[in-house]
Amino acid sequence: MRYNEPSPLEQMIISYRFDLPNPASIDTYLANDGYVAIKKVLGMTPEAIIDELKVSSLRGRGGAGFPTGMKWSFVPRNTGKPTYVICNSDESEPGTCKDRLLMENDPHQLIEGMLIAGWTIKSNKGYIFIRGEYRYLIDIVDRAIAEAYQRGYLGKNILGSGWDFDLYTHTGAGAYECGEESALLESLEGKRGIPRLKPPFPAVVGAFQSPTILNNCETYSAIPWIFRNGGAAYAALGTPKNGGTRLVCVSGHVNKPGVYELPMGFNLLRIVNEVCGGVRNGKKLKAIIPGGSSSPVLRADECDIPYDFDSLAKAKTMAGSGGVVVLDEDTDIVAVALRTIKFYAHESCGWCIPCREGTNWLKKILSRYHEGFGDESDIDLIAELANNMLGRTFCALGDAAAMPTAGFVAKFRNEFEDYLKKSPRFQPAPELAVV
Amino acid sequence: MTFSPELEARFAKLLNSYPPGRQRSAVVPMLLYAQDEIGCVTQELVEEVAHRCGVTALQVDEVIGYYSMLHRKPLGKYHVQICTNIACQAVGAEDLWAHACKNLQLGNKEVSPDGLISLEEVECIGACAWAPAIQINYDFHHQVTPEKFDRLMQALADRTYSARPS
Ligand SMILES: Cc1cc2nc3c(=O)[nH]c(=O)nc-3n(C[C@H](O)[C@H](O)[C@H](O)COP(=O)(O)O)c2cc1C
Ligand code: FES
Repeated sequence: MRYNEPSPLEQMIISYRFDLPNPASIDTYLANDGYVAIKKVLGMTPEAIIDELKVSSLRGRGGAGFPTGMKWSFVPRNTGKPTYVICNSDESEPGTCKDRLLMENDPHQLIEGMLIAGWTIKSNKGYIFIRGEYRYLIDIVDRAIAEAYQRGYLGKNILGSGWDFDLYTHTGAGAYECGEESALLESLEGKRGIPRLKPPFPAVVGAFQSPTILNNCETYSAIPWIFRNGGAAYAALGTPKNGGTRLVCVSGHVNKPGVYELPMGFNLLRIVNEVCGGVRNGKKLKAIIPGGSSSPVLRADECDIPYDFDSLAKAKTMAGSGGVVVLDEDTDIVAVALRTIKFYAHESCGWCIPCREGTNWLKKILSRYHEGFGDESDIDLIAELANNMLGRTFCALGDAAAMPTAGFVAKFRNEFEDYLKKSPRFQPAPELAVV
Repeated sequence: MTFSPELEARFAKLLNSYPPGRQRSAVVPMLLYAQDEIGCVTQELVEEVAHRCGVTALQVDEVIGYYSMLHRKPLGKYHVQICTNIACQAVGAEDLWAHACKNLQLGNKEVSPDGLISLEEVECIGACAWAPAIQINYDFHHQVTPEKFDRLMQALADRTYSARPS
């Protein structure tokens, strides 16, 4: 089901089945364009498939926005090893709640997207890695997989092509870091989710030491549409190099928070004001965290921009996972910065020192600051510490912690300074009387 | 150890899902599914999973501390998880958390004396747009006000709680 009313401004190409009765069943899927794309793709060469994806300018919806066609082209052929297709449904980036809807309401669309990936690299096995908290979705996806086996869309000799493909769900057990692709692969192998050194990237050495396509759940879910309607049609929906639509998850201080499918490049302020009915209680907008908690915050005056990967990168932040957190004028930015760093300190896997220590020191300093025991020099200390972590950690979790922290200080330095005035100042310990 | 037939079927399916020689992959799912049935990860379970997956008990033991959903001690019959991450924080999750601690007389990761309820402050659970969000065991509850929270807790106490998400 949907958990919020859709907006008339939405352009639904991957979420249009959400409103149908019994949306997760294979009969609904088959009656509504389902498994049409795979039939077409089974007659295509890997090169043609990858070219079509490149034309679509589909970019990864997991966070980094990497071009999907290019990613698939990195998978080496004829290594003699098996190959794998993995779906990242770990969805743990604060602010993000879209993969949940895709699996709940349209699991067959995801399966078809993974089938297309499987055929492209002639893989025989795929796994959908679903975060442990989403147990009900594991049941829904397992049921969909069973239906697909019954109807011959999974298993042996799919649609008479002579090609076999098996698909399974795999549960996580509570760890944000397992959304990072190489940590996910470690977790899939039954180990602690600690990232691997890159390169080699998963395309070359991924699951079980073999070439692997690894994409986000929404990325796969967009692929059947692309092959039904053509890459050019998909690209045309968005802005240059940012094809298609995106499930934007809007939370925080708006009248109508929700997940909305919007064309790439939809103006961010219009998302707040038109799609979501404006800031709630008639308050003024203070800031937007545009792409999940890892993305540096935008001040209200910076929000009049197209919501796509390149425009946000130009504004020195990112569209990331599509989680838009809207903050009104009453928001305590220091409290948001503290809650953000608490999250990263909790989720750091502890493998590399700049991340393990850096997140914890930032948490300690920000906690002290928030409690009113801050000092002028702390503001620069926070920024300096964060900037020293950037680019120096084993995986991007350290960057994901440092970027927003540095952003809060840079964009809202005045609020940090105001904190010093209103807070109970640090009282030096009384000097001991010398007797 | 013996498990329910459903769990045994799940284990059999799991062990078959991974490539030959890669049964270690089943360790984390097995621990989580078994924990749901027996309440927590016991030493006996560690050894059983090790045996079934063909790895050492140490290789099973070392993952337990890493995954926040795996517990060595039993939780309450109903594990109440309140998200206080940024999207929920923005719409009152910190007050909800304080309210929950006060009304349940429990702190983070504590279990009520009768074993009915345990409480945990959790990170984002993927319900940000419908915040503040909580999970009771695996059920999601959205837009949870303190009043709605109290009603849910009352239903737990009265044993009238239905697992349907709200
Ligand atoms: C700390 C961390 C957490 C991540 N969490 C997720 C996640 O929950 N889901 C996801 O799809 N990608 C996540 N990613 C990104 C993945 O590493 C990877 O880039 C992505 O799944 C690739 O798929 P895409 O190309 O389709 O975006 C995370 C990355 C980092 C560094
Ligand atoms: S921030 Fe609470 S559910 Fe995402």
